[in-house]
Amino acid sequence: MSGPLIPDPAAPLTASGNLRRRLIVSRAAEIAATAAAVIAIAVLVIVVYTVVARGAKAIDFDFIFTGYPTGVGPMLLGTIVIALVATAMAMPLGVLIALFLSEYAGSRAAGPLKLTLDLLNGLPSIILGLFVFALLVDHKQQSGFAGSVALAIIELPLIARGSQEVLLLVPEALREASDALGVARWRSVLTVVLPTALGGIVTSTVLAVARAAGETAPLILASSVFDPKKFSVNPFEALPNVPVWIYKLSEEGNPEGFTEAWGMSLLLVSIILFASLGARALLARSKRKLSSS
Amino acid sequence: MSTIAHPAARAGGHGTKVSPLRTRADRFGDRALFGICLLAALIAGAVIVLVGYQIAHGASPAISKFGFGFVYETVWQPNFGVFGAGSLLFGTAITSAFALLLGAPIAIAIGLFLTLLAPRGVRGVVGPLVELLAAIPSVILGFWGLLVLAPFVQSKLEPFLHDKFRFIPLFGAPQTTGLSVFTGSLILTIMVIPIVASISRDLFESVPAELQDGASALGATRWEVVRGIVLPTTSSGVVAACILGLGRALGEAIAVSQVIGAGSEIKASLFETGDTLASRIALQFPGALTELHKASLFYCGVILLVIGLASNLIAQWIGRRFSFGGAVNG
Repeated sequence: MSGPLIPDPAAPLTASGNLRRRLIVSRAAEIAATAAAVIAIAVLVIVVYTVVARGAKAIDFDFIFTGYPTGVGPMLLGTIVIALVATAMAMPLGVLIALFLSEYAGSRAAGPLKLTLDLLNGLPSIILGLFVFALLVDHKQQSGFAGSVALAIIELPLIARGSQEVLLLVPEALREASDALGVARWRSVLTVVLPTALGGIVTSTVLAVARAAGETAPLILASSVFDPKKFSVNPFEALPNVPVWIYKLSEEGNPEGFTEAWGMSLLLVSIILFASLGARALLARSKRKLSSS
Repeated sequence: MSTIAHPAARAGGHGTKVSPLRTRADRFGDRALFGICLLAALIAGAVIVLVGYQIAHGASPAISKFGFGFVYETVWQPNFGVFGAGSLLFGTAITSAFALLLGAPIAIAIGLFLTLLAPRGVRGVVGPLVELLAAIPSVILGFWGLLVLAPFVQSKLEPFLHDKFRFIPLFGAPQTTGLSVFTGSLILTIMVIPIVASISRDLFESVPAELQDGASALGATRWEVVRGIVLPTTSSGVVAACILGLGRALGEAIAVSQVIGAGSEIKASLFETGDTLASRIALQFPGALTELHKASLFYCGVILLVIGLASNLIAQWIGRRFSFGGAVNG
């Protein structure tokens, strides 16, 4: 007599009936999920490949170091200046906000401040363009500085949230040791907490700059009427810059302009991708180091 | 932070050996650092308010001339001084909705792939690569869309869809350039995917392993674990992620303006040209001659700002209201 619970030893070990259907559905879902990832990677590869394939032939020494029409040096220089000025404004502010969140704010102050940062982060960049236009350009003139202000607003929440995450990882024992030595709070913040988190703060900033450097929408309103021949580092006049020039060339529809735009795209994309990949790797490393110590 | 104490109390609480000068300096230093940090926090808040004020102020001539009718009127004729954002609002809605409909399932599937399927090594490569998609500047994505995607869409994708689904009015006859609402939506899809994917990955990682293991032990297949455990526990967060993605799509100006073709009429077919609020601002603002034209574009900005802030607030609210909200704020 065999009870109902003892399986038939001769039965094949493959699923049948309902179980078979369920396994097929599951398998299909797995394949679909994998396909989704493949699609996303494929899009990235296609875009990057196109930029590299079409941009590489435009790039040579003259392209990078001379002005229009042989090169795009002024645009590169202008983008660097605009990004530097923006970072000079956003980084101190962002780090101070991060310090406020991690060292001073109770949960009642931290909530609204985090919400503010999230809202800032969600502002469409064209809105920031309108903002700096109304604030700094209207009835005056375009300037690289106006563009920097817009980019600084884009960078600010990224730097603040990134730095805050790193500051939270600074071991409590370090703060307590400093307290136990009788060091005042501001001294321990400036000499113990900040230096410990510095690596993470810098890499967060690099990520934010990488994000802001390619922004076009604000610059179209803030710094788009410029002389592409002239190298300039004066942020109080309209500075040539890469994103606006790519946009302009793409709107013009001239094949030679397209080649130039691909070349600039390649420069911009490679800078941004290398900066964000490098910063990401460094950030992960410094976070690991902090949380293990 | 358990060690937070009132700055003054801490500075005064040290032993007697500290010189009074140093104590005074420390008391001042504590207050100064706190004050500067507080000031920085207040500036962040002030920026939001100032942005809102400047946009509304810039729009005020148009607001007083057209009133609320601006939002649904569809005539946009700068030469005659007549402006209405109806068709732009329509274009914004349809491109973002399309991008989300197409992008969200893909992104969520990527999130599932990264948390549940991919081996550790693959995860470490695919995750950052998907996020890199978000790092490509929109002007370059738009440029690529204009020269690579649009011709492909025009010669292959649109004829195919038109042939197969002719009975749906959305898939009308393809136009000659490939610059269309459809192409714009595809570009937005590419932008939405990395945002939703990285947030949903973080959400899925936060689902307790015991729940999943329990379901597996009861004989659930991998898909049933996802369907029965992972998605239900994170659903509100995933919705919040999608709304954040939607906010990104609504506000994208440059890439859309490069591929959408700047049409001013509402058409049923996705393959016709159209325009969105953000893209109209980017296209017309630099060449706007009259004050009214500029003010109308500012008015578009007001609408965009309101929609953008609202979607962001809703996403934050959903994310915080329900559990697993932490990851949404990342």
